[in-house]
Amino acid sequence: MTEFREKADVCVIGAGHAGCEAALACARLGLETVIFTVSVDSIALMPCNPNVGGSSKGHLVRELDALGGEMGKNIDKTFIQSKMLNLSKGPAVHSLRAQADKAEYSRAMRKVLENQEHLTIKQAEVCELLWEDIREDRQTGNLSKSAEGAGRKPGNPEGRDTSSKETSSRDDFLIEEEEGFCENRTDSTDKGNKNRYLKKIKGVRTFTGMVYECKAVVLCTGTYLGARCLCGESITYTGPNGLQAANHLTRSLKEMGIELRRFKTGTPARMDRRSIDFSKMEEQRGDERIVPFSFSTDPDSIQKEQVSCWLTYTNEKTHEIIRGNLDRSPIYAGIIEGTGPRYCPSIEDKVVKFSDKERHQVFIEPEGLHTNEMYVGGMSSSLPEDVQLAMYRTVPGLEHCKIVRNAYAIEYDCIHPGQLDATLEFRAVKGLFSAGQFNGSSGYEEAACQGLVAGVNAAMSILGKEPLTIDRSEGYIGVLIDDLVTKDNREPYRMMTSRAEYRLLLRQDNADLRLRKKGYAVGLISEEAYQALLEKERLIEEEIGRLKDTFVGANKEIQNFLEAHGSSALKTAASLAELLCRPELSYEALAEIDRGRVPLPAAVPEQVEIEIKYEGYILRQKRQVEQYRKMEKKLIPRDIDYDQVPSLRLEARQHLKFFRPASVGQASRISGVSPADISVLLVYLERYGRT
Amino acid sequence: MERGDTIAAIATGMTDSGIGIVRISGREAAAVGDRLFRSPSGKRILDRAESHRMYYGFVVDLEKDFVIDEAMAVLMKEPRSFTGEDTVEIQCHGGVLVMRKVLEAALQCGARMAEPGEFTKRAFLNGRMDLSRAEAVMDVIGAQNEYALGASVGQLKGKLSGEVKRLREEILYEVAFIESAIDDPEHFDLEGYGEKLSEKLDQVMGDLRKLIDTADDGRLMKEGIRTVIVGKPNVGKSSFLNRLLGEERAIVTDVAGTTRDVLQETLRLGDISLNVVDTAGIRETEDTVEKIGVKKAYEYAREAELIVYVADASMELDENDREIVSFIGDKNVIVLLNKSDLANVVTEEDIKELFRNSENTSNEESLNVEYRNKLAASMEDDREKIGFHIVRTSVLEGEGMEAFERTVKEMFFHGEITSSNEIVITNLRHKEALEEAYGSLEMVEKSIEDGLSEDFYSIDLMNAYASLGRIIGEEVDDDLVEEIFSKFCMGK
Repeated sequence: MTEFREKADVCVIGAGHAGCEAALACARLGLETVIFTVSVDSIALMPCNPNVGGSSKGHLVRELDALGGEMGKNIDKTFIQSKMLNLSKGPAVHSLRAQADKAEYSRAMRKVLENQEHLTIKQAEVCELLWEDIREDRQTGNLSKSAEGAGRKPGNPEGRDTSSKETSSRDDFLIEEEEGFCENRTDSTDKGNKNRYLKKIKGVRTFTGMVYECKAVVLCTGTYLGARCLCGESITYTGPNGLQAANHLTRSLKEMGIELRRFKTGTPARMDRRSIDFSKMEEQRGDERIVPFSFSTDPDSIQKEQVSCWLTYTNEKTHEIIRGNLDRSPIYAGIIEGTGPRYCPSIEDKVVKFSDKERHQVFIEPEGLHTNEMYVGGMSSSLPEDVQLAMYRTVPGLEHCKIVRNAYAIEYDCIHPGQLDATLEFRAVKGLFSAGQFNGSSGYEEAACQGLVAGVNAAMSILGKEPLTIDRSEGYIGVLIDDLVTKDNREPYRMMTSRAEYRLLLRQDNADLRLRKKGYAVGLISEEAYQALLEKERLIEEEIGRLKDTFVGANKEIQNFLEAHGSSALKTAASLAELLCRPELSYEALAEIDRGRVPLPAAVPEQVEIEIKYEGYILRQKRQVEQYRKMEKKLIPRDIDYDQVPSLRLEARQHLKFFRPASVGQASRISGVSPADISVLLVYLERYGRT
Repeated sequence: MERGDTIAAIATGMTDSGIGIVRISGREAAAVGDRLFRSPSGKRILDRAESHRMYYGFVVDLEKDFVIDEAMAVLMKEPRSFTGEDTVEIQCHGGVLVMRKVLEAALQCGARMAEPGEFTKRAFLNGRMDLSRAEAVMDVIGAQNEYALGASVGQLKGKLSGEVKRLREEILYEVAFIESAIDDPEHFDLEGYGEKLSEKLDQVMGDLRKLIDTADDGRLMKEGIRTVIVGKPNVGKSSFLNRLLGEERAIVTDVAGTTRDVLQETLRLGDISLNVVDTAGIRETEDTVEKIGVKKAYEYAREAELIVYVADASMELDENDREIVSFIGDKNVIVLLNKSDLANVVTEEDIKELFRNSENTSNEESLNVEYRNKLAASMEDDREKIGFHIVRTSVLEGEGMEAFERTVKEMFFHGEITSSNEIVITNLRHKEALEEAYGSLEMVEKSIEDGLSEDFYSIDLMNAYASLGRIIGEEVDDDLVEEIFSKFCMGK
């Protein structure tokens, strides 16, 4: 058959939260971009929980927004309840979470995509990546076609009939031969030659036979790749929500030498609102004053009527039913082979692992304003339907519940992200990027952030510009990506604030101050927004300076003021900054004795207060960051041969060979690499550098 | 990895000698020196001292406010120092206790203990050493670190290590609870938690203080590698010792053995101190007095860091040799095949065979499987010998003495053996880590008092956890995330 060819700069495979951000970033940077999805109706689908943000995830959305991403703006348009979590705790762990109207969220994002210049939406299943072998001049980094010229041509590699309309059977797919990935994984380095050989992406082929030639591909396949859903004994070979799975791409990836693994996750049932008795549950309302996610959303524009969520609990009866039917759970029966996340355990797991707990929380959350479906948070399960119904009906308020959609577990193909650089590009395949659940993460927010980074870097590589990288001291996104590419994660990775070592610096309130400049540098942030940021920085600095330089005496007025606020009296004069350090005094309260105060935009005093109040801690973390950056700056040559480094311990050598860290700092975080190994490496690099 | 930029260590050997040098290197070296050193008139002078000029004065203990020692101090500004960084060297009296106190003062003043080989590493990284040394530097770092860790952990058998682990677990549990509550505020409530944590801290800090006090009680070991010479009677043990002592080597001390059957000497081979015990010849005997001597010999052998086993190469090995070998098989051993000037009937292979066979008959509880395997492997091929060497000597003729000296130095250099100054050092390391952990917990107490929120507690709790981890050689890694998931039921 005749091949019809289209040309594009970037092909993004998948239109979930990662895919949308990746495609938007590329198109906004002026590159012709095609985004592929198995169903246009499932763009930006939220197949699991109906909310965006939450502890540490709220940080991610803020950072994404600071860089020029879309998620924050989209949830600001479509939320139905909003809450700032952890307000009783320190500013570093305040985190925003909003309930979304799922259908609206998806529709609004689709609208943005549809109206984005340079972006084409294409409903098709990509079944094959097209690539060629190239070599890279080690000194100059220049690329040229392989001398052997044997590279894979865009075409039919093995005479496999890719035009066949017949869907290959799932069983056939599942019996994949175990290939020796270890051999293929590292770049094949031609010793003694100044070139190293790798692959370069050329395009993609759809199941229906279209070829799209392109310079970069961003893989955002989510949970669709080789997906199967399990509910008790019944197994369906579909993606989430019964959508068509992507069954062919895995083979193509394996042929390229990419190592795949299998993860699992799950979702609880959805129930008919009319069958739930809310009088037996505790109501959970949103905040009085709503804070937007996006730095560009005007807070006043989004104050609105909110809907409630509801809290109820499991009980002994529930647990009895679960325990009595464990043998029918595909996980406990050993049918599920994928690795599931511990932070998001099924109710079966909770009951088994924490058998001494008498009850577990269950959150009933609306899926949207125009639907009766309610999400049953905290009770995901892969038990058979009859058991599900029985167990849900033991929960107060759910006695007569009717299930609209069953809970199920889903298994899917993803990669070990150790194959990626921090730019989210595959080390062995030029122009191939990946993001989201395909990289072994979990969560809409984690996916979206990677999507933006992968998309921007795909664009930067085509434009020949500096890549966008974010380190652990600059953002949760940096922590997320660094953890993914340097750690041996054995389960879907979810962000947590405890993973960020400099979290006092990485607050959700200062995400713009941390990352807007990077967004501006790559071209996703407008000049206007950038100037506004510089102005904000200036105002903060000036106000901090003013408070440090403004002294109040130990006079009657001040002592009275202090007494009124339950604060101890002054012995000598003190600066306003010193007073602000007292836990009982706020910036707002100090207005009374602060003669020189001028009105400032609300975001400025917020920063001033935090910077002054927690100065000691913040300074300590800044010093740690200095140490950290020193190591990050010590780069390791890409073609280092770890076998030539004497005195490295075997375990360290193996891990370094697998992860191929970009810097000594990154190397030091790889498990199995000791401080002594790092010392050895430093000495080796010094010698390498001097010769 | 780097806890601080400025490091300190004792630069001279840990023997009682005329002068000892404590070296401080790094960005803050002058400031650290300034804090601990006073001019005769009590002034702080080092911060603005002239480079490469000796100053006379006193080292003071800041906390307890007393003079540790009178000393000379010199500030060497970068790059004109061994490491190429700002360096302060304090020359004090060379007593082990004094040097240790001066080093502790430097740690109090903001330096941290140098890692093994770290001065050398810095010297190399700062271009103060030529490229040809790189290989050697890497070897030293690799070997010394493995060893130091081994020594440190080895020392911790039993109570101390158990106690440190327990305290770590208690701390980690609290952090995991706080973090669970931050991550999942709807599941975990922190209401009133500060008070509960305060009580817990009192208890943990009390326990830590006890540990610090024991580390401080200054039980000072006889310095030098504890070396014991064993062998059957009349194989040349005493002649060997006399040879060692006789050749222009300084006898540092001369302590008579506690019984007439044991003689103890301290001597130096280059930079290395040996604390040598000569034992009575070992053989089956009915004689009561001799029996006591043999028993003593075994007791010393058990405590030894290095055994010199002298065998007579001119006589067949017998039951007594087997008995001796079965006892020392798991130790660092240098076998002296003595009397090489006479007709030899015993070969190196015979000796190896003897040690291989001793595996099954060895009777001590301290048998270390890993060590055994290493030993067996090293004996299979002569490639790399670990803790087991054979040297041919003729003590009478003075032959093989250099080979012996070289072997000891190599063993020391490769970290196979070490002198007990390593023990003093690791003790100090432990103390430093314990103090750090204690300090971090004090910060937590302060945060609670100041009414800060719980997420601030976990920062310093985690620091304490990491400090304690250094004592038992454990990194932090993903401990916290593991703990959260295993102890607290999280998530929706």
